[in-house]
Amino acid sequence: MDRVPILKAGDVLLVSIQTDLEDRTVMALREDLAERIVRTGARGVVIDITAVEIVDSFIGQMLAGIAAMSQLLDARTVVVGMRPAVAITLVELGLSLGGVQTALDLETGLRLLGAGPLDGGPSEAQDRR
Amino acid sequence: MTTQPGEQTHIVELLRSRRETALDRWTELAGAELRGRLSRGELRGELDDLLSLMLRALDGPDAEAAHDELTAALSEMSRRRARQAFTPTETAFGVFALKQVVYELVTESGSNRPRLTEELMAFSHTVDELGLLTFETYAATREQVISDQAEQLLELSTPVVKLWEGIVAVPLVGTLDSARTQVVMETLLQTLVDTGSLYAVIDITGVAAVDTEVAQHLMKTIKAARLMGAECVISGIRPQIAQTMVALGIEFGDIVSKASLADALEYLLARSGVRIVREEAG
Repeated sequence: MDRVPILKAGDVLLVSIQTDLEDRTVMALREDLAERIVRTGARGVVIDITAVEIVDSFIGQMLAGIAAMSQLLDARTVVVGMRPAVAITLVELGLSLGGVQTALDLETGLRLLGAGPLDGGPSEAQDRR
Repeated sequence: MTTQPGEQTHIVELLRSRRETALDRWTELAGAELRGRLSRGELRGELDDLLSLMLRALDGPDAEAAHDELTAALSEMSRRRARQAFTPTETAFGVFALKQVVYELVTESGSNRPRLTEELMAFSHTVDELGLLTFETYAATREQVISDQAEQLLELSTPVVKLWEGIVAVPLVGTLDSARTQVVMETLLQTLVDTGSLYAVIDITGVAAVDTEVAQHLMKTIKAARLMGAECVISGIRPQIAQTMVALGIEFGDIVSKASLADALEYLLARSGVRIVREEAG
């Protein structure tokens, strides 16, 4: 089974999902992520789903679950790069991912977490493109 | 379609020998009400072509090929008629009039061949089939025209305009139904991705009525935009519509709603950290 790699950049963990998700993959990701957050003391998690074209209700709930879990471990989760079709599907499924923050792309997501791609001072968070 | 060559020899002979008379009479009958959409000369030209093809199809060395050509020519003619706004009756009658012409020719010639009735029947049958073909093509063309227009309308009515760097607007006009909302939703979300815009205004000044269904559609669009990390603002709810919405118990919850597009733009500019300052005159 493929595992989704978790990258660390500063105090932010970066998860880039490159394939369509299977249920087991997401569950494994949740476990890995919880462990990594505790081990590294990360303050933020960015989940990049630009490459994901298909979601179902289970994946949607798991995303919300991951966000809630990270919150408990004191790390904010931002889901970035959701495709229009995926967003429409989730809304049709009645999942609005209540506790999850979202951003258009990785750059915006990192800025939301106060970690810009270059030096990442919190002052940059105000400075929009 | 069945045309048995040779069966209608007498009629074909008659039409050949008195071709000009037949053509004049046909033009006269078929063109009773042209109302300037087609000139008599044009009509005669068209019918002339049809008649020669028909004679070849009924009794010629290349009946099969001529028949195909006839079908194509007829289809083309009724397509033109449909686009020129002829009624279905006028279009079909143009073909059926040939029966009248032939009947008159036969009566005039005073012929009393033994198989004349059968020939007339067979000929009438042929013309009927051609008429039906005309009608079918006509209907198909009209449907095509209608679906083309519906598509154009759909495209026309969902522009996404850029108001500012990072702020886009969708001015909605007309009635919102499921199909249109779907298009609006997809176009808006795609534009958000393409332009990297963080904010969107959905302006419903031009929407005639908002019922629970329309409100539901709008909410879905806004939720989807949120999922992608963009913020949506609604603007331009007209007074009567606001009253109806309250009466219907529609609530937009935590979605920001502004009275006019200008207000919405001002709000979003402030949100994105842009300040507008009027320069002192002088």
